[in-house]
Amino acid sequence: MDWRTYQKILLPDTPDFHKLDVYEKEGQGYQALRTVLTEEKWSRKAVVDEVKKANIRGRGGAGFNAGLKWSFMPPKQEGVPRYLAVNGDESEPGTCKDRRLFEYNPHTIIEGALIACYAMEMDAAYIYIRGEYADWIDMVQAAVDEAYAKGYAGKNIMGSGQNIDVFVHKGAGAYICGEETSLMESLEGKRPYPRSKPPFPAQVGLWGKPTTINNVETVGHVPHVIRNGADWYLGIGAQTFPGPMLYGISGHVQRPGVYEFPSGMLITDLIYKVAGGIRGGKKLKAVVPGGSSVPILRADMIEGITMDADSLRTVGTFVGTAGMCVLDEDTDIVKFLIRVSQFYDHESCGQCTPCREGTGWFVKMLKRIDSGEGSTRDLDTLLELCDTMEGRTVCALADAAAWPVRNTIIRFREDFEAKIKFKGAYAVA
Amino acid sequence: MEPVSYTFTESEIAEIQRHLSKYPDKRSAVMPALWIAQEKFGWLSEEAIKLVADTIDIPYAHVYGVASFYTMYFKEKVPEHLIEVCTCFTCGEMGGKEMLDYVKEKIGADARGFGKDGKIWARAAECLGACDTAPVCQITNRRYVHQLTKAKVDELIAKLEKGEEIPYERIPLTDQSIIDD
Ligand SMILES: Cc1cc2nc3c(=O)[nH]c(=O)nc-3n(C[C@H](O)[C@H](O)[C@H](O)COP(=O)(O)O)c2cc1C
Ligand code: SF4
Ligand code: FES
Repeated sequence: MDWRTYQKILLPDTPDFHKLDVYEKEGQGYQALRTVLTEEKWSRKAVVDEVKKANIRGRGGAGFNAGLKWSFMPPKQEGVPRYLAVNGDESEPGTCKDRRLFEYNPHTIIEGALIACYAMEMDAAYIYIRGEYADWIDMVQAAVDEAYAKGYAGKNIMGSGQNIDVFVHKGAGAYICGEETSLMESLEGKRPYPRSKPPFPAQVGLWGKPTTINNVETVGHVPHVIRNGADWYLGIGAQTFPGPMLYGISGHVQRPGVYEFPSGMLITDLIYKVAGGIRGGKKLKAVVPGGSSVPILRADMIEGITMDADSLRTVGTFVGTAGMCVLDEDTDIVKFLIRVSQFYDHESCGQCTPCREGTGWFVKMLKRIDSGEGSTRDLDTLLELCDTMEGRTVCALADAAAWPVRNTIIRFREDFEAKIKFKGAYAVA
Repeated sequence: MEPVSYTFTESEIAEIQRHLSKYPDKRSAVMPALWIAQEKFGWLSEEAIKLVADTIDIPYAHVYGVASFYTMYFKEKVPEHLIEVCTCFTCGEMGGKEMLDYVKEKIGADARGFGKDGKIWARAAECLGACDTAPVCQITNRRYVHQLTKAKVDELIAKLEKGEEIPYERIPLTDQSIIDD
């Protein structure tokens, strides 16, 4: 399929698509839910199997097959409730796609969540949305209210005898709440310190009950897979990372925006054809392809690389959230990294020593280098500090903080060294 | 100044009850109840936190522990309007820091970011999830102002000073029809 003729699925241009009647009329809204609830062939297992076959790769950052995750839920025990947590925390810097869904297609999230709850025999879905999205929380709540009023959520949905609730929970400003176990602690009304795993949420999740966590966009793909089948979905985009993809393109391009195209687009097509190239006729310096934590790419690394896990792996990076930040030749990469490190330092929950201390040290040492007071040994010390953080903490925030430091130093070493050699003076790009 | 009476109205209590009914455990109502308290009192004083604790019947220390974790809950008395300018990641590269400095200079911010007239304060925000319209800012935990310029900041501050509402700025879906081949 040529991306130029691609018809948008998640963010259609249909006016008022966020309204229930338009979603029903123009988007076959809630028909996928009706189908799974009423048609014999859609047993719970059949839904899980179809979603698994479609290989919807989680859009929250880790790219895990959603249906496979669903299949990890233990057999239902009578009287033990089960929950879906829908992750709308969207706080990874560079990520700005879920907000568009809240505004322009909230019902696909709600319908997908209801289908997921049916498939995994869950009592309720909690849609957790970052507190800063106050206006968008109201929009999603309005859509949930519409769904209840129409009998698509709540008791005895469409006369099927199924009861599934959908609730919206408002966060209050903490990036860590996007980490799945922190999100559960936050929903439980505790200080949101991530939990160590195991036990995994499928065993011990929300309020100690079996739980699955999915990103809002991930569940938003589900109604389409049910409506059109896994084979249709597998035919879109990259073979091993299929489906529509919301590319949040930001930074030094002519036309930043959230673009919907098939997965597996060439990074160069996204930057030069879709987003109009670098603004002001400048040259490209670097691209961070999927949110602030994924390894940065130098301009000379992106030729022929596509937005899917397999291709990005060849240059040592990930799809992440597909929130792509484009940086031009004037970018001071050391200062850029300092600001990224400040983010993680600010957002570390402080539970684990390597993370709490390490994120602070990153900022201090990088600032020293930036001010011309650093030595080349500092660069090695920073890389060693990354070693002490990666894979050694309760949650992956420490890794998310270390990856940019490690990869920016390795891939832009000359930018750091320039600040070291010419004490105090800035490198002229 | 008039003494504040630390009670919830019947409708606020009904609202908290509605939240309680969404969760199997009453502690989960802590965040929504704190939001209601902050809307009402402007910030979360010891008394406001105690009111929340008493209303949902959980220990004060627990509620305080939650309130103190999150940046959007104000733990000290703050001016009425907050301008939070994103200086993170993309915004940092698109002039967010300069916009924050400009805001602070315009309101005559002190070290805490509090403006001279005591009505507006400013601080840096982490990524607000609107990187494609960088630089952006958020006004008092709600409205976003996108693609900030100095002129937009001027207009914004004038509105806040006059007590006018900041309208919702709708960002249309990205136009995908233009392709540079
Ligand atoms: C520090 C940290 C922050 C995260 N923030 C988010 C987030 O804002 N939104 C999100 O969907 N996933 C986030 N994740 C990933 C979640 O833990 C989880 O993997 C994801 O929600 C699962 O959904 P998916 O499989 O559908 O992608 C974060 C992970 C970490 C370690
Ligand atoms: S890794 Fe960092 S954010 Fe995660 S639990 Fe440990 S201290 Fe908290
Ligand atoms: S970096 Fe400012 S909104 Fe994302």
